Amino acid sequence: MPVHNLKPGVSLNERAIESLEFIRTTMARSAPFTAVPGRGGMAMGAVAIVAAALGAREQDDWRWVAVWLSAAVVAVPLGLLAMRWKARRYGIALWSAAGRRFAQGFVPAVVAGAILSAALALTGRFDLVPATWLLLYGAGVLAGSTASVPVLAWLGAAFMALGVAALLTGTGWRDLWLGAGFGGLQIAFGIIIARKHGG
Amino acid sequence: MAGKRASAARATHAPVARPDPRTSPATRAAQLDRLVHDRTRLAIVSALAVNESLSFTELRATTGTTDGNLSVHARKLEEAGYITCTKGYDGRLPKTEFTLTDGGRRALQKYLDHMEAIIRHARPARR
Repeated sequence: MPVHNLKPGVSLNERAIESLEFIRTTMARSAPFTAVPGRGGMAMGAVAIVAAALGAREQDDWRWVAVWLSAAVVAVPLGLLAMRWKARRYGIALWSAAGRRFAQGFVPAVVAGAILSAALALTGRFDLVPATWLLLYGAGVLAGSTASVPVLAWLGAAFMALGVAALLTGTGWRDLWLGAGFGGLQIAFGIIIARKHGG
Repeated sequence: MAGKRASAARATHAPVARPDPRTSPATRAAQLDRLVHDRTRLAIVSALAVNESLSFTELRATTGTTDGNLSVHARKLEEAGYITCTKGYDGRLPKTEFTLTDGGRRALQKYLDHMEAIIRHARPARR
């Protein structure tokens, strides 16, 4: 209804407030999640390269898992802090509609990956753990990319391709695939994201 | 057709005046850009303001409207030079992409200024 043809009792002011709210919610609903950190991804990648080098030395499977879990304990807070830093710097709301859509795509796959990894480790199927990590992390990134920057779709697909490679090759290759994925891919795409989307 | 394109081009590059704060709310409301004021068109312009481009399907999901309704409103905005429409193919499937023009961005900014001016006018002056 046009603003200048209002029913009695509906003020222009109320209509204007409603219009501004409508614009705000439409923008929030359709804006992509751009707080994915480029430099944070590069830092996480560097941690993974170190983990790959240390993991390759481990013969015991449980100690090998401990190396990668330690890397995750360092890398995940790094990524979250970088995301928060980027969101603050560029005035992006982390819990916007797009942020929630990103989380809804990314988190379930990562949680599924953690549960499956625990089940595989407890049944002694350590050979399947690297593929599980790469495939489900890739699936999460791919799902999250629908609410974020398009380049993430390629990152997710590349992770999944490495997951397939890890599935087809032996345990001796596991640190190479994990290093290439969580290290190489994160650094390469981190550079692209930092250049194209800031932070 | 050529005339329409020319007028669209003029609309794209025409300067958009800011609302005069001394103007009464009723006059200001009458000055509103009716093209942008419609809810579906306002949703299209707002969604495109925060995206480089959006496909027909994405815009339909954002606006929550039907194919026919979206086509009609998008065409009106395109004729005014507020948005551009690029038709192509994604594999074998036809794909339509919409982008907000500079003129469309200015029209949205002017609309926002109008709304803010109306709200400011309604508030009691603070000392």
